[in-house]
Amino acid sequence: MAKKKIVWELSEAIESTDHIEIKDQYELFIGGKFVPPTQKKYFDTVNPANEEKLARIAEANEEDITKAVKSARKAFNSWSKLSGAERGKYIFRIARMIQERAKEFAVIETLDGGKPIRESRDIDIPLAANHFFYYAGWADKLEYAFPNRKPHPIGVAGQIIPWNFPLLMAAWKIAPALACGNTVVLKPAETTPLTALKLAELIQESGLPEGVVNIVTGAGESGAALVNHKGVDKIAFTGSTEVGKLIQQSTAASNKKLTLELGGKAANIIFEDAAIDQAVEGIVNGIYFNQGHVCCAGSRLFVQESVFNQVLDKLKARMETLIVGNPLDKNTDVGAINSKGQLKTIESYIKSGVAEGAELHQSSAQLPKKGFWCKPTLFTEVSQSSKLVQEEIFGPVLAIQSFRTVSEAISKANNTPYGLSAGIWTDKGSKIFNMIMNMNAGVVWANTYNKFDPASPFGGFKESGYGREGGLHGLSAYLNF
Amino acid sequence: MSRIKVLKTYKLYIGGKFPRTESGRYYSPEVEGVSIGNICLSSRKDFRNAVVAARKAQTAWQDRSAFNRSQIVYRIAEMMEDRKTQFIDELIIQGSSKKAAKTEVENCIDDIIRYAGWCDKYQQVFSSVNPVSSSHFNFSIYEPQGIISIIAPEENGLKGLILSILPVICGGNSCVVLASESQPLSAVTLGEVLNSSDVPGGVVNILTGKRKELLTHFATHKDVNGILYCGNEKKEIELLKSGAASNMKRFQSYETIEEVSPYLILDFQEVKTGWHPIEKMSESGPAY
Amino acid sequence: MSDFNLSVVPVDQLGVFERVSRFQKRSIKGTSKIQGLKMALNMIDLTTLEGADTENKVKQLCNKAQHLHQNLDSLPTVAAVCVYPSMVKIAKQQLKNTDIKIASVATAFPSGQSPIEIKLADTQFAVEEGADEIDMVISRGKFLEGNYNYVYDEIATIKEACGSARLKVILETGELGSLDQVRKASDIAIQAGADFIKTSTGKISPAATMPVTLVMLLAIKDHYQKTGQMVGMKPAGGISTAKGALQYLIMVKETLGDEWLNNQWFRFGASRLANDILMQLEKRNTGHYQSPDYFSKD
Repeated sequence: MAKKKIVWELSEAIESTDHIEIKDQYELFIGGKFVPPTQKKYFDTVNPANEEKLARIAEANEEDITKAVKSARKAFNSWSKLSGAERGKYIFRIARMIQERAKEFAVIETLDGGKPIRESRDIDIPLAANHFFYYAGWADKLEYAFPNRKPHPIGVAGQIIPWNFPLLMAAWKIAPALACGNTVVLKPAETTPLTALKLAELIQESGLPEGVVNIVTGAGESGAALVNHKGVDKIAFTGSTEVGKLIQQSTAASNKKLTLELGGKAANIIFEDAAIDQAVEGIVNGIYFNQGHVCCAGSRLFVQESVFNQVLDKLKARMETLIVGNPLDKNTDVGAINSKGQLKTIESYIKSGVAEGAELHQSSAQLPKKGFWCKPTLFTEVSQSSKLVQEEIFGPVLAIQSFRTVSEAISKANNTPYGLSAGIWTDKGSKIFNMIMNMNAGVVWANTYNKFDPASPFGGFKESGYGREGGLHGLSAYLNF
Repeated sequence: MSRIKVLKTYKLYIGGKFPRTESGRYYSPEVEGVSIGNICLSSRKDFRNAVVAARKAQTAWQDRSAFNRSQIVYRIAEMMEDRKTQFIDELIIQGSSKKAAKTEVENCIDDIIRYAGWCDKYQQVFSSVNPVSSSHFNFSIYEPQGIISIIAPEENGLKGLILSILPVICGGNSCVVLASESQPLSAVTLGEVLNSSDVPGGVVNILTGKRKELLTHFATHKDVNGILYCGNEKKEIELLKSGAASNMKRFQSYETIEEVSPYLILDFQEVKTGWHPIEKMSESGPAY
Repeated sequence: MSDFNLSVVPVDQLGVFERVSRFQKRSIKGTSKIQGLKMALNMIDLTTLEGADTENKVKQLCNKAQHLHQNLDSLPTVAAVCVYPSMVKIAKQQLKNTDIKIASVATAFPSGQSPIEIKLADTQFAVEEGADEIDMVISRGKFLEGNYNYVYDEIATIKEACGSARLKVILETGELGSLDQVRKASDIAIQAGADFIKTSTGKISPAATMPVTLVMLLAIKDHYQKTGQMVGMKPAGGISTAKGALQYLIMVKETLGDEWLNNQWFRFGASRLANDILMQLEKRNTGHYQSPDYFSKD
């Protein structure tokens, strides 16, 4: 009884935006109030999925930064003297309020940044809330974290965050800083300022003392003004290695404490004795999660030769099941590229890969007409010297190479100036531990990938930056001893 | 007729050997107008050779068991005790009083012993198992950064040297040390002690010379992973920090180091975090 | 008898769980939901496997199989009814003018603790009575002893006895102890000639779950990629909601592809599922939430 082949397509399942309030214009959040920028300059933030303008955002200049730093300095005097337990209560309150408004944050994150609603709903926003919750509990326990030392806050922290996980990165920066008794001036990325500004509204409502958290928007120049401001005691930056190096140079003459979470080019290594189907999931999660806009993305795949074709076939089949499209659709797996500029960068890498003779494969997904999109992409026939293998692309582009032995895998994996993360897939315990020990990387995922938790320290070796965020380890970046 | 004294040639200590500087240059630091000896004026090339030696030695040193490192460090103390008088004499030449010299040397030996104990303890004290929400075993351990270039304090020639080198090598790093410019004698003798105390060649490399000439190279060499700077010269710090940016060297500066502390060991460690799934099965049956 | 090639394929339990949770997060709305629900109805092996089964009970079940719900037009029928061998004849009579298949459990269902001669006789009897499909159980005891050749040979023997009847091989995954074992048993059953692999008898808890089914689907997929031969899948027991059924179908679609989305290659072994799907369809039809009182329980 041969049956006619049925085609079963999922209907649209668009997350409602009815309850979402986005203002036409956002000001700077300084000293607990929303204030217009001195120069009255604004820039637009757009939805990368349809190129429609979402809101006008204030652009902070040096004078605005000075105001924000002064307000943080003023707040520091009382905030740092507040007991840890009381500080903690404020932070707990923020965590709870984010949980209450999780859906609103998720939708705005997706509108502003282009990431699938499934990810902002299930990953970004819950993790952000959890991060506040986790660090809230540290506020009165700092002495236990550093036996035989006397920790005290540093002062005013200038924090600059990227566009790939806007609210989550704000949480990673603000929560430990506050728990340790510092005050902050945070600058979100210019393409994704909305959730940080929503967080500012929430903070205002939470009753957190004025000036403890200041949020100033703008592009690179506003960031540079913050980095170079004399009143800032600590800089925490997440972003590209290139900018990280500039920040290290420009703060060299100062006493500013510095932590940098920079780029990566992680190796994801599949051994022949791995649980292959789960490993393929790990590859997909490693590179296509958040459109590959992830500093720890598993962008260099190494597959043992004996299973190379098997893995490649399975991976290509799996790529076909990835739904690319409207980020607000609950079934979307891969959303929009964050900005036009980033799309250009990714496309130029794809072109250069083809020009270098690498073999291109992309999923057959149909891309929407408007907005910024890139199909899930992989390259074979690449080598260690390929640009695709050496440079961080920050997009859904995977470079695949084979290896023969454990030693070769180690040597190729570590052959990069970066050292943020690595992935290992094998069913053999002793091999896992050997590989964990041998990876020059701050985070090593074994038989899993791209997992994050407030209790787990995150940060890199080598040119991926220094300092850790998350866990007990994330505290020392915000303390003097 | 009095015997003609045999003068000591102060050489460098690189890769377990005692070469002269490849530059052939020397300088003669003076104490109260009297030269204390002919000291090698190390060049950029000496530094480069030292980094090569340090890189060669580092992985094996890191791979030694912590217990074994502990024993080797203890052996340094034993060998130093053996040559106590020489160290005291040299400190006196460099301007110390006899009493102060004796105290300094004895304290140094005691500090080395304390660090010997830390070699196999800091990991246990500071590593963690992190309680993540998902079904994963998550742990953070410490790993050495690699090669550390050390700018030893200008004052307290011996003590400064010991308290800056020990936390670095206890944690499995190798190092290239620039000794005090004005008080270099102990540095050379320390090299001799290290060489006879089972510390593998290349783990500690000691150069003498002028900060001014060498700092830039210490900061910019791309195969160096971290910098330990002792002092408070603003210009020097700026130079090092800015140069370090080229390959994201970790930079630590201390005005002085006065004590033995495991936190100094941690300053030259990286935190590595590992994740692994935990299968869910229990007495009451499979969870699938 | 023939030896076979068993290569151990490791399975990471948490990885399987995570993949399953992605299927469970798919949002199936609108027309895709209606299409999915109707598809699911058409894949049901309507089942009664009780010691207390009587001819009348089986007659009622067969009636239900043909007339799922009067109020709804253009409903498909279920795929099959599944009964004990002694009830095959009566079911065959009841369903003779329909497309609905008769499936019979056999081989000393549910424990399988009988010698091969008895299992063969059991199978032959069911086939002679008119069964279109045989749902056999594997010898879990032998499997857990590590006697994989025995398990393989037994399946191959029963397969031969089935003649043109299609063979579903029940692994009873709730007794196997781990997903690695589920994979191993799947590979053995597929290589021995199973037309379908099936999770459970329904008599052991846990019965069908999505992680177990995913592991079995992946075994089917690997076999298909190696040989080009399709094998069917039947999760059985424990699937009672329309929502759950849709999640299974999404899993099949994304793991094996649309080719498997019909009752030749996918079945649900279930007794309560049909009514829940009907309630959902009726709700879509009328716009009102339903009460079980309005749906016949046979």
